[in-house]
Amino acid sequence: MDAIFNRYRSYRSLIVLVVVIVVQVLYLAYQVRTGRDERLIRVWAVSAVTPMAGIVEATRHNTIGFLKDYFLLLDVREQNRQLKRDNDQLRLENVFYRNQLTTAEHAQTLTKFQTKSPSKTVAARVIGDSTVSTAKAVFVDRGSTSGIEKGMAVVTPDGIVGKVAAVYPLVSQVLLVTDSTFKVGVESQKGHVHGSLNCGLGHCVVEQIQNEEDIANGEWFFTSGEDRIFPKGFPVGTVVSAQPGNGMKDVRLNLSGAPGGTEEVLVVLEGVHQAIPTNAVPEEKIAKPLPAPPSDKDNGGALPGTVQTEADKLKQKYQQLGKAQEHVYGAMYSNMPNFNAKPAPKPPVAAEPGAPAKTPPNTNPPPKPAPVLGAPVNKTAPNTPPGNTPKAPAVKQPRPPSVKPVLPLGSPRPKPPMEGPVSTAPSAPPQQ
Amino acid sequence: MNESSDHLLRSRRSSESLFSRFQVVGLVVLTLIAVISKFYLPRLIPSAVWLEVPLLLTIYFGLMRPDPVPALLFGAFVGIAEDSLSPANLPIGMYGITKTLVGYFAASVSQRFNVENSLIRLVLCFFFYFFHAFFYWVMRRALLQQLVPFDPRETLLHGLFNIAVALPLYLVLDRMKVSQEA
Repeated sequence: MDAIFNRYRSYRSLIVLVVVIVVQVLYLAYQVRTGRDERLIRVWAVSAVTPMAGIVEATRHNTIGFLKDYFLLLDVREQNRQLKRDNDQLRLENVFYRNQLTTAEHAQTLTKFQTKSPSKTVAARVIGDSTVSTAKAVFVDRGSTSGIEKGMAVVTPDGIVGKVAAVYPLVSQVLLVTDSTFKVGVESQKGHVHGSLNCGLGHCVVEQIQNEEDIANGEWFFTSGEDRIFPKGFPVGTVVSAQPGNGMKDVRLNLSGAPGGTEEVLVVLEGVHQAIPTNAVPEEKIAKPLPAPPSDKDNGGALPGTVQTEADKLKQKYQQLGKAQEHVYGAMYSNMPNFNAKPAPKPPVAAEPGAPAKTPPNTNPPPKPAPVLGAPVNKTAPNTPPGNTPKAPAVKQPRPPSVKPVLPLGSPRPKPPMEGPVSTAPSAPPQQ
Repeated sequence: MNESSDHLLRSRRSSESLFSRFQVVGLVVLTLIAVISKFYLPRLIPSAVWLEVPLLLTIYFGLMRPDPVPALLFGAFVGIAEDSLSPANLPIGMYGITKTLVGYFAASVSQRFNVENSLIRLVLCFFFYFFHAFFYWVMRRALLQQLVPFDPRETLLHGLFNIAVALPLYLVLDRMKVSQEA
């Protein structure tokens, strides 16, 4: 007897180990074989853990919310929450409207929508994750008491999130689309190519698409409704890359929703199929970028005629004064201008009757280039009042023969004639 | 009174001390905290999804108890508690089996090594984390035919992250143990 006991004692731990392992393996095999979920144990565990997690979450949420509500933002937070809820619902309705408006059966679908709201949903908050790090699942704070049933789709206005995997009285477990065991039937926007979304390999791919199918980068994929979970027409994501693979096309997708990072979701209690929109998804409208700024080569660093600095203003003023007094800076024998004189005001430009008050920018004549200090004097040019100067051509023209050359400093100065126009040197030959 | 009856009394006494009311309550509370931490912490800190506090607790319990039987039972308890909160498409028992083995091996190792040394503890902790992740992946692949990716390099990094957490956690648990004994 003692020998048997001693032998049992030496193998006791090993026997217990084998028994415990075998019992668990058998139990596991029973679950896999029958496909049944051991609900009792799960209900106990969930009932024991989720209230505590709920309390912790509520404490955290309320503490932070209290601080923000009463010390920082008063009631703005509550209003923001309400507006966000309304906005989410409106965005969902907006998606539905836009999708239906693109179809031919416009009036019929509108009538249908009036009688039946699209995708009746209930909002839920994520309160905890799954205990399996490799499995993607979360718990939400709505259960069977809120009308949630197993298998219902979970979405956000941006995209799909997952499906309800288990329902308890006060909470539900949502299996995310990023889980390795989850697949979603999807359909492309342009070619209506059907495939199966699989996000289990660390990135999302659309499987079962033939190489011959035409899929472009940036193309949207929507739920096809074939999985009987998600209603047809919910946005899923955009194509990041589509390359031919071994037999099937390798299409990678960027999910439009954030299944793992979202805090509030919508559980679809009653889904309504929608048509795949032919236009781009309205939520993803991005502001058209501004055109590239003009290069320095185009305008020589600054727009002609525009005043940039105080020095420019002063320069423009002196140039106007010089022009009004027929003085050319840098030229010889030009009278000293009166810098204290006020420049003559510009006469208003008379608009033609019936012509638009504002002409498009591209129809404006080319601006007159600003005169440059040291430019040659054109004494023979007609004396025109300031503001009505003839328009300079945009193309560089040959120098007119009346232009007086500028002599370098220190060169002998010829005596000017007492009367008559200033003699002018022959101009350079015209350039072709 | 012969030798066998003495042994019986001794083992009963030890089992009584092991499963004293205080210890059982303490273990249940610790398990609950560990499971909740895994359940809730990733909502606040996303990278905490790789933190395996229940596993660290199982390893600690195994290392501190030279007897493998309570260690493996504790591992099974913690594992099944985790399984209960796992996604419904994963049957109960996956973590239970894995943690049962971890608890058993940890207790077996503690019979041969001086596990009071922090360095040895951390090395063992790192090893058991990798074993746990690998065995779980094998079971999902073999028993459930689920193709779950397994990246050894990433797992090793997560193991380092876990032993960084294990170091202060074990110090706190040591303090609690000393205060209980006092």
